[in-house]
Amino acid sequence: MRTLYKFHGGVHPPTNKTQSNLTPIAQAALPSKLLIPLHQHVGSSAKPVVEVGEYVLKGQRIGRPEGHLSSAVHASTSGTIAAIDMQRVAHPSGIPDLCITLIPDGLDEWIALDTCDDWTTLSHTDLRHRLREAGVVGLGGAVFPSDMKLYSHKHKIKTLVLNGAECEPYITCDDMLMRERAGEILQGAEMMRALLYAEEVLIGIEDNKPEAIAAMKSAVVAGNHQRMEVIAVPTVYPGGGAKQLIRVLTGIEVAAGVRSTNMGVQCFNVGTAYSAWRAIRFGEPLVSRIVTVTGNVSRPQNYDALIGTPMDELVAQSGQLPGTTGYIMGGPMMGVLMPSRQVGVIKAANCIIASSDKLFPTAKPALPCIRCTRCADVCPSELQPQELYWFSKAKNFDKAEDYHLFDCIECGACSYVCPSNIPLVQYYRFAKSEIWAREAGKKAADAARERHEYRESRIEREKREKTEKLAAKEKAAQAAKTPLQPVVAAANPDADPENTMQLKIQTAIDRAKEQAAAIKPKNVEQLTPQQQAEINDIEARRARIRELAKDNTDAQP
Amino acid sequence: MSGFFSPFITKPVSVSQIMLHVLLALIPGIAIYVWFYGPAILISLTLASITALVIEALMLKIQNKPLAPYLKDNSALLTAWLLALSIPPLAPWWLVVVGTAFAISISKHLYGGLGNNPFNPAMIGYAVLIISFPSHMTHWLTPHGLAEIPLSFPDQLNYIFHGMLPDGVRLDAVTMATPLDTLKTQLHLNTQLKDILEMPIYGRMAGIGSEWVATGFLLGGIYLLAKRLISWHIPAAFLGTLFITSGLFHLLDPSHHVAPLFHWFSGAAMLGAFFILTDPVTSPTTPRGKLIFAAGAGLLTYLIRSFGGFPDGMAFATLLMNICVPLIDAWTQPKVFGKKEKQP
Repeated sequence: MRTLYKFHGGVHPPTNKTQSNLTPIAQAALPSKLLIPLHQHVGSSAKPVVEVGEYVLKGQRIGRPEGHLSSAVHASTSGTIAAIDMQRVAHPSGIPDLCITLIPDGLDEWIALDTCDDWTTLSHTDLRHRLREAGVVGLGGAVFPSDMKLYSHKHKIKTLVLNGAECEPYITCDDMLMRERAGEILQGAEMMRALLYAEEVLIGIEDNKPEAIAAMKSAVVAGNHQRMEVIAVPTVYPGGGAKQLIRVLTGIEVAAGVRSTNMGVQCFNVGTAYSAWRAIRFGEPLVSRIVTVTGNVSRPQNYDALIGTPMDELVAQSGQLPGTTGYIMGGPMMGVLMPSRQVGVIKAANCIIASSDKLFPTAKPALPCIRCTRCADVCPSELQPQELYWFSKAKNFDKAEDYHLFDCIECGACSYVCPSNIPLVQYYRFAKSEIWAREAGKKAADAARERHEYRESRIEREKREKTEKLAAKEKAAQAAKTPLQPVVAAANPDADPENTMQLKIQTAIDRAKEQAAAIKPKNVEQLTPQQQAEINDIEARRARIRELAKDNTDAQP
Repeated sequence: MSGFFSPFITKPVSVSQIMLHVLLALIPGIAIYVWFYGPAILISLTLASITALVIEALMLKIQNKPLAPYLKDNSALLTAWLLALSIPPLAPWWLVVVGTAFAISISKHLYGGLGNNPFNPAMIGYAVLIISFPSHMTHWLTPHGLAEIPLSFPDQLNYIFHGMLPDGVRLDAVTMATPLDTLKTQLHLNTQLKDILEMPIYGRMAGIGSEWVATGFLLGGIYLLAKRLISWHIPAAFLGTLFITSGLFHLLDPSHHVAPLFHWFSGAAMLGAFFILTDPVTSPTTPRGKLIFAAGAGLLTYLIRSFGGFPDGMAFATLLMNICVPLIDAWTQPKVFGKKEKQP
């Protein structure tokens, strides 16, 4: 029996999983159209490689990866490209993004696929390239291009953690995938292990999924997988967070801003392992994923849904009930409200909850914080949320940073338990975005100042050069006029007291400049792409908040 | 729709419910109080409750804050009950009213209301009363069975509201100093500790009656612990420190210092350990901070009780430690996830 570790805090919200995990995964019906965003992953947006009116086959690449960190996008079915334009996407901001609209021809005809019977014959570089071309990204929600995570520098990675915890309430897509396709998940895991040179594979599944655990365990035996262990972990939210699961399985705590690979662990969602396997073995690009449709519907269910399926068409298959107020993508703890019901399913869409006032009643008005520290008791990052709230509210952002604001993973456990109904996470998002904005502002101001200084020095230089030229000319003229005179030795500049002073001042100025340059805004410098994506997300959210605030003030006379 | 942003669900626990549970936890102690001293305490509790709600409403109105959510949070009621339990039940009605009004208006609302007061409002109320009206604060009812002439409920009412006792009854005949106060006075008079403790007002551990009331509060405290409404840190550190300090003095000089259990079951120690020091607003938030805070309060309580001028040390110990809370919090910030020295 493996010793499991604990992480601090956590909550036990009602799991609400049995609504959707009693029936097998269903094939979603072919929708009337597909809205496929070109930016569904962390990194730069894919570039469209098709034209309006073009006929494409299922699995045909329609967006090529652009730059180092990017991923390809494919046609989810066969049909005609109807538009390549800005559309609302599955992002809470409601800001439009470039999408390809595909009208299915109903044949669902695959393009010729490059299958591979034995992946061990392929080089690691080739494997990674295939994954990138197949558009395989993290399906746990982070949508980080998987090929980028499958490197092992100096073979330091000991453990590959496969995340099947699925701690968020309502979501059951990983549960169902593990029950029905365990063998293929493990094949994918074997491949990942090889790419990482990892010794062991630990598969963490919360103990409220006994069927999935059993299926995975028997698949380990059936597949004769060595050093691969399925481990039931306690059900506690957010036990499925990568850092929390790594802690539970290995005891290692990966601090904020530190890559887990530096500590010998890499973590993938089970769905990613499955998709990676399909991509290599069958050459199938990521054109569909398992989506849980639940909430205010008559038949909650998991679907194998094509990427780009309009959410309302998918929810309709589960029988949307009256009183639906909107769709939440993800779970109720960290999910995001969709700006429209027509947005397309994206690679990050693990769950769509049709929300209603009955399911998620209006929050009661917030009372003052009474410092009861229920939030600190449940915080998995071991922060003091009550202090962070205090500092964020007072816009004392420096202090908030001192109290580790950027270690907050926004899991929402604090807001969940707050007896004063304070939307704590909102305050932290606000504080983070303000700090980013401020530091970006500082960066811009620094750049402007540098530009200005450069311009000044250039003007100065030009002036000097002009006078020098002029002087030289004059001198030449004079030299031509007057006969040669004995050259007077130039005075030693150091002997001149004024010059020494000048030199000292100049060095002092230079030193000060160097020091100023050394101080860098620490939260916007050297960001990982993931952080940058987060920042962009939050920026977009802020825009949305501003818009909402504007609407509110407009509404009031 | 609960809002535009996650989390969309919350645990159905409110400030109002938390405070209600704390009020409920006081009931065993209050019931024992009534058993030993008659129903006078119920009158103080009622008076304090009404005053607290009226003043709370008034202060909210002045500040243009919504009345309903705050009046329903039960926090003013809790302050009122804690104050009423800290002053003699036979105190004149205006004493209760003045103390409660001060606690709610000055020490709670002028500091920003719920969640913002640095000092425990009930203890501020107590401090104001004991400094301003010391004589009224020392007439404690004699427990049932010890009084020469037991006061009936109408007699108690009459005294509280009109200051009149039945003909031929002197106040001294129905009231007494607290067991803690008596102990201190008698020790000053050089009475042997052994002889003092043989006085009829003392029971098994401390004062007859009051030791049982303290036991009632202990039971309530255990309920709060079991319900996880308070953490163990404050009661354990407070009672532990009080026990160790008084135990040390008792070991060194048993003829002048009573045993630790006497301190536990006297005065406001139990009430303080579970109900007063544990007020989240005025106590530290970090586990280590709570330990330091409560240990300091335990030490100060003992020192004030044994060497100070006031009959009990709980209130001043609480207030003095309240001052230190921001500092303690700043000093005791725990290490966050991934930033601890030890990694497996």
